[in-house]
Order: sequence, then C-alpha cells, then structure tokens
Amino acid sequence: MANAYTPGLKVTAASIISKKRRLPILGEVLVQKGSKVSPETPVAKAYIPGNPQSINVANILGCEAEDIENYMKKKAGDTIAKDEVLASSKSFFGLFKTECKSPVAGTVEHVSEITGQVIIRGPAVPIVINAYVTGTVTEIIDREGVTVETKGAFIQGIFGVGGEREGVLKMISQNHDEVLDGPAITADCKDKILVGGSLMTGAAIKKAAAVGARGIVAGGIIDKDLVDYLGFDIGVAITGHEDIPLSLIVTEGFGKIPMANKTFDLLKSLEGMTASINGATQIRAGVMRPEIIVPNEAAVVHESTVDLEGNLDAGTVIRCIREPYFGQIAEIVDLPPELFVIETGAKVRIMHVKLRTGEVVVVPRANVELIEE
Amino acid sequence: MAHEVKREAITREINSIIATDCGSTTTKAILIEKIDGAYRLIDRGESPTTVEAPFEDVTAGVRNAVHELEELVGRIFLGPDGVVTPRQPDGTGVDIYLSTSSAGGGLQMMVAGVVKSMTAESAQRAALGAGAIVMDVISIDDGRKAYEKIQRIRQLRPDMILLSGGIDGGTITHVVEIAELISAAEPKPRLGIGFQLPIIYAGNKEARKYITDILEKKVDLRIVDNLRPVLESENLGPAREEIHNLFMEHVMAQAPGYNKLMQWTEVPIMPTPGAVGKIIQTCAAEYNIHIIGVDIGGATTDVFSVFGDDHEYFNRTVSANLGMSYSICNVLLETGVDNIMRWVPFEIEEADLRNRIRNKMIRPTTIPQTLDELVIEQAVSREALRLSFIHHKSLATGLKGVQKVRDISEAFDTSSSSDTIINLMDLGMIVGSGGVLSHAPRRQQTALMMLDSFQLEGFTELTVDSIFMTPQLGVLSEVLPKAAAEVFDRDCLIFLGTAICPVGNAQKDGEKCVTVKATMPNGEVITKEVAYGSLATIPLGEAEYAEVEVMPSGNFDMGKGRGRSISKKVRGGVAGGIIIDARGRRPFTLPTDKNTRITKLFEWFKALDIYSMDVLERYMKTSK
Repeated sequence: MANAYTPGLKVTAASIISKKRRLPILGEVLVQKGSKVSPETPVAKAYIPGNPQSINVANILGCEAEDIENYMKKKAGDTIAKDEVLASSKSFFGLFKTECKSPVAGTVEHVSEITGQVIIRGPAVPIVINAYVTGTVTEIIDREGVTVETKGAFIQGIFGVGGEREGVLKMISQNHDEVLDGPAITADCKDKILVGGSLMTGAAIKKAAAVGARGIVAGGIIDKDLVDYLGFDIGVAITGHEDIPLSLIVTEGFGKIPMANKTFDLLKSLEGMTASINGATQIRAGVMRPEIIVPNEAAVVHESTVDLEGNLDAGTVIRCIREPYFGQIAEIVDLPPELFVIETGAKVRIMHVKLRTGEVVVVPRANVELIEE
Repeated sequence: MAHEVKREAITREINSIIATDCGSTTTKAILIEKIDGAYRLIDRGESPTTVEAPFEDVTAGVRNAVHELEELVGRIFLGPDGVVTPRQPDGTGVDIYLSTSSAGGGLQMMVAGVVKSMTAESAQRAALGAGAIVMDVISIDDGRKAYEKIQRIRQLRPDMILLSGGIDGGTITHVVEIAELISAAEPKPRLGIGFQLPIIYAGNKEARKYITDILEKKVDLRIVDNLRPVLESENLGPAREEIHNLFMEHVMAQAPGYNKLMQWTEVPIMPTPGAVGKIIQTCAAEYNIHIIGVDIGGATTDVFSVFGDDHEYFNRTVSANLGMSYSICNVLLETGVDNIMRWVPFEIEEADLRNRIRNKMIRPTTIPQTLDELVIEQAVSREALRLSFIHHKSLATGLKGVQKVRDISEAFDTSSSSDTIINLMDLGMIVGSGGVLSHAPRRQQTALMMLDSFQLEGFTELTVDSIFMTPQLGVLSEVLPKAAAEVFDRDCLIFLGTAICPVGNAQKDGEKCVTVKATMPNGEVITKEVAYGSLATIPLGEAEYAEVEVMPSGNFDMGKGRGRSISKKVRGGVAGGIIIDARGRRPFTLPTDKNTRITKLFEWFKALDIYSMDVLERYMKTSK
C-alpha cells in the first residue's frame, strides 16, 4: 500500500454548499422551489402540541377517582381559562365548598376516572425553521423542510459551542499564531464574527460577549477557559445547544495552536463579508463539525482535486493531530508499507514526515489529518 | 437463558459464513469456514460505517468491509445484490450471511414502571438485556413532579418506550397514571418523522383496557405479558422479544440502507449488545463458570454478567457516557483528575492533561504515539471500567420487594450487605473487549487494567476478545451454535492468564500475604512467596495448565476462609501465566503519598513487564 487515507476538515474558498433545513415534526413548508432566501427567511413552520399540565382533581377535592366526573365543571374538549374553576365539590350539607381551578389556560384533554387526574393542554407552540444561509431553495421535502443551496467559502472547524449565527467577519489577529486576547476587542466588534490566530483567551470570550459579538473563530482554546465561560463541563461531544450569546469555533484543537495558514489566509480574504456560522459539534458516526459558510456569488467553483477519501501521498501537506507533534504542519516524505514499532510498543502503519523545522520524524498514519479542498 | 427473538437453528450443511457488525464508527466483516470438520476464522476486513451523510446507506460500508475480505483471501463474495448466498459452484459467495448492528446510535429506549426499585428496574433489565441504551427510567417514586416527568418524556426522542407496572391482579391506578403522563407528553420517535412512537405495555394485565384507551390513538401500542406477573419472579422474555421485533420494524427499517441489508441477510439483524450478551451466556454455559464480559467502546461501556447455580442471572448494563473517545471527557468529569492521575507514575499539569483528553475526544481515531500518552489513556480506561462496573453491580441485583429469609450467618456477614448478585470470589472468567483492551500494545497491560478496575478476587481467568468478533459470533450462535462455539474457543478468546487475588489486608507492605506452589506441566514445582503490596507471576503458556496450591496467611482469604489453603488446576496465558496479586482487597488502596505511590506503580508495572521501563523512567525523570 503506497498511500493512505484519513478524514480531513474542509477548507475551501469556493464550493456549492447544500443545507437541509428540517422540522423536528411534520409541518408546513413556507417557500417554493427556486425561492431566494436570506439567513432570517422562515422556510418551514410547525406547531408542537402545547405543554400539558396534570392536576389530580380527586386529591384536591378529596373524592374517589371514579367519582370525579360528578364534580367536573369542564369536560374533555372544553377550553378553560387560567384560574377558571375546573371542578368543585360541596360537603357537610353544602356548607363547605372545595374548588379546583386551572393553573393554566388551555383545553381539557383527558379526565381519568382511574387516577383522578385531569390533563389540560396549553396552546400549541409554533416552531419556525429559517434558511440559515443566503441562497436558493433547491428542494422541497414535503411537510418536513427544504434544501437551501449556496455558492461560496466553506470552512469546517474541529470543535465548537453555540448554535447558528450570522455576522460580518472581522480579523482581530493579524497573524495565524497571534493570541486573541480581551484588550483587542472593542465596541466596533458588536454583531461581528471575530477571527483570532492561535488561541482565544478566556478574557477575549468574555469581552466579545460583553460587546455583543456574534462569534469567535481561532486555532485553539484552553479547556479551563471554555468550562469557566460555559459554567459547566462538557462530558460528551455533543454541542450546539448551549445558552450563550455567541458561538465559538476552534479550527485546530485544545491548547494554544496556530491556525493552519490556509484557513487563516482564507478567512482574511473574506473579511468584511457576511458569514453564517454554527458551533454545533457531534463526534460519533456521522461526525458533525462546526462550520463557517460565507456565501459569495462571485466565487468560481472548480472540481475538487482531492479524492473524497483523502488519499495521501508523498508531498502531501498534513497536520499532526496527536502528541508529540500535535498541531504541527508537515509534508509527507514517504509511506512505508510495513508495520513499524512505535514508542508505545504498538505495531502500526506509519509515515515519515518533514516538519517545518526540517526535521524528518515518524508519525502513525492514524495521527495525521488532511485539509481537504 | 436464550434470546427470545425467533431465529431458528439452521440444519442444512454450512461450510462458509460471512458475518458483519455495523458499529457506530466501523463495520467489521469476518469470514468463517469449515476446515477439517471444524469451523475456523479465516480472515477479517473492516471499513468505516456509512449510515450517515454523505453516504446514508449502511450497505456501502458492508460492501467495503466484505471487499477487503475478498482482497485478503482472493475470492469473490459480492454480487450486484449484496453478499452472494449460497456459495456458487464457481466458488463465489458463502453459504450464509448474518449481521448485527449498533450503527446510528443503536437502540435507544425509555422505560417506565410504577416503583423504581421493582417494576421499573425489571423493565430496565428487560431493555438492557435486549441490547438497548436506556435513556431514562420513569417511575411514580422517582422524585420528579408530574410536569417534570412529562417534560422529560417530551424532550427525549427514544426509539421506543417499555411501560410496565403492577403485578397481575394488583392495583391499576399507578400504571394508568404513568400511561396518562406518557399520553400527555405525546412523545415522538427519534427516527421516521411522522411515525407513531412504539410503546410496549408489559404490566398488570388487568390494566390493559385502560392503557389501550389512553394510548392507542396516540402511539403504536403493543401489549405483551407482564414482565413482573408476581413479586417473586420476572418474565422478561415476551418484552425482549417484542423489543427485538420493533427494533427490526421501526429502528432498522428507518435507518438508511437497512431495508436493503435486511434483504441480504437470511436471519434477522440483531442489536450488537444483544449479540454480545448471547455469546457471553453461551460461554458461561459451555465452560460451566460464572463470567463477566466487558466491552469498552468510544461512547459507551457495556458490562455483562452471568451468575447463579444454573447461570440463571444474566445481566447487562450500558454506561452510556463512559467511553474512550466520544465520551472520554465524561470519564474525567465523573471520576475527577485525581482518580485518573493515581494510576500515572509521573507528573503532568492538570491543564495539560485536560487539553490532551479533550483533543482525544475531538479526534477519536488517533492513537498514542508516546508512552506517556499510552499510560494516560490506560489510566482513563481504568476509571471508565471501574465506574461501569460499579454501575453494573448496582443493577445486577436480586428482585427487590421480595421478602427474604436470612440465617444468622448472613445477618453477620458484612460482605453481603449489598444486594448485588456479583460475587467476585465465585467469578471464573472475565472477557475484555473494545479497542483499549483488545489493541493494547502488550497483553500484560490488558491484564493489569482489568485487575485494577474490577478488583478481582480469588481465582479468575483473564481473557480478551482478540479482534472484537463477539457480536458476529453472538448472532451466529442463534443459528449455528456449534460454529460459534468452535470459533469462540479457538480464534476469538486469547487467554491472558489466571489471576490469584487473596482478599484481605496486612498492616504494612512486605508482610507475608500468600505462598503459591505450582506443579508445572513438566512436573517441576515452583514455590513463590508473595509479600503484601506486591505483584508476581509464574510463567505458564496459553494452552498449559498447572496444579496450584495457594496458601494465604492469616489475614487473607482465597474463598475457603482466612488462612485456609486451596488447590486448583489453573490455565496459563500470554500475559504472565499465573498472576499473583497480593496488593490487598476490600479495600485495595493506593498510597496517598505521591512518591510512595509512584514507586509502587513502577514496581507493579515492572513485575508484570507491562511497559518499556527505560522509556517510562525517562518520563518519570523529566516530570520531576
């Protein structure tokens, strides 16, 4: 075997990007095929059944469950206002009256003579899915959603937090290994997506949130800074639903790691343009990586020159993604076919790579990543 | 206890088999053939699973894995319609093709019962035994208010719900109350937008009419026999069978490409953990021993156990967020940095450790290149295994709510204060599988990880699944038990050795703990005195047996009482043969002083020859 393949992250200046925008339950599609949409355009809508409230009427009235029908003032299917009497009973020859009022407005859905429970359903809750990116609706998925297609730059990060956001890209760091720290962030960063170099510090995140920035993209982040900012530790690699005012995307990993030149230069070339970003990350089958999409009608899309499976050969530039060369960019020298015993004692397939320092070192093939174009 | 799903034994002549396991990240294919009258593993191939975008067709990954097999053995197995069966006159294809699957998140269930420690726990056992991940357990007494339960049911989107509650003829109010909460929540299934969520009712049969009235219009309701018909016994079979049926009908049928894959296989596809459980049960019966199996994956750690005089207690637990990649940070979160670092014989900054663990999470397919990275990864695995085993012991219990008669000796026996049926002194074998155990660079590392995490006692055979093929053998055992048993014994299990672990403690390290006299296969007698606080080995090959007499000192017990000798024939293995662990039990403690702890760890690692000690010493020096 003269070559190997490894998954990589996409970093491309021009490509056709398709985003499926789906409702969580069946609903209604609000746009037509061919419609031009912007990130805020609603494309599909559904109603989730309202919140149910259970009230044990039998317990409140102090009667047997099987008797509650006798005391109900409302029947299944009736609407009821908040604090309206749902059921009442009289005792001691009518001298004492006990009332059960509805704690919410809604519809009486179920009256149980077995448990004495009454379920009141609140009004249905609308959910709206928007287009997320500027583009064209190319597919209607009946009652479920749409596919929106756009042309432009597409950059995948390695890890992120926070959901979908939109804003103008603004370079804060001028170099791919520069640290993005708090003082560099000023009031004019409001509503912007900020780009740093090797690291976004904890102070930078706080300052960006304070001035109203929409997101930060940088090479790395310190684990503790992330935990401090979120207020909780992330145990499982599913993110995107954090209740935070801005989304964070790292392109390389945890620690201070210079952003790959190619990624940094591309972002720099896109400064001033509007980007849609999503920090959502899921690392399992069907890996979902955070993304930065910059629609650009003028972009010229070329056929991909890299195999979809990411074939590696001598001369290919890769990134080392594990210690002891973590984060370093290198060029493949050769890919010996035989197994090689590494320091741990494991026999694995390796490659010889030349680091930027000129040193040629051994790296397991599993520990490198290709930056796809 | 056999799995209840209808897979009938095949009686026709089968000489070649391909079995695949579609895992969440990798699809693995094995080829088994009959050679000189015995079934043997011929080769294996693997390829990334293709359930998710951009492929969204599981059969693409299966084709790639089988194609790798084709290249390895130089034959054709694939045709335009999948794996060719039966084998053709020109040699193309195999006689039977089978598959298991945990791709796309496996089988995710929610269970509900009336009393948390009774029917809800029985329902949980039924779901886990069928191979499910249990997302939550709802019960009347779970401490949550009704609206909180409704919110939780709404929020989760399981593949199905198992509802139980009440013994037959008992009160119906509470189980109906749970059904009302489920109805109010209007739960939706994870897969198949617009489909009704399947709910299996396996509770008090007197409540069926009411449950039907409440749920029938909103969900796909299935009714089976009560899983706890009387307090004293469980009847989990019908519920498990229905879970498997629904797994095929709903979960598999909705997952991309599975409709096609189901047509390729002659036998219904089985959930991977269900298949592993099946082979573990077969193994317990075959060797007539009590057994624990553990599979530590990237996202979850499954623990299986078979105990009881007639192997009647089969339990499986899945610790859904204790794994070595996807959920590795959760191991750190649950156990804490100190518990991980106690297994590491050098210092490392906490921030550095946390960043390294996070980087493993976001790039799960990487492997440790340096020894310090390997030691850290194996330290994390010890904690993941330890926590998973604690979880398992808490669920592998006798039935609660049943009155027990205890004799006076049991009343004073402090060791039986817990209700767990896991008795390590009775354990005969532990089977490890999953990347960190199966692919450890030295087998001794696997042995020590299992000893440290499970705190084994008495005599225990340590084994490891060589290439993680237990799922395929599990489904195979349903239809061709002979083939599964032969391959399991000859090609799947690697014997690491037999652990001898006296239970007890001494005042200080160096005191006498145990003497082991081993009569080796060549007649030579080796006597080894092992002091408290130490590890030692007597080399004995994988297929070799020795007669051993173990003489514990007064504070230590090997199963016959303190200070009492015991003799046994034991099997050797590739990781030291006979491993004598005199580090103490109940409790096993690591020194609290950092330098003493590091010295002890180094001593133990050296005794089992688990790492290259020169390299390890280099890391120890640089970290000082």
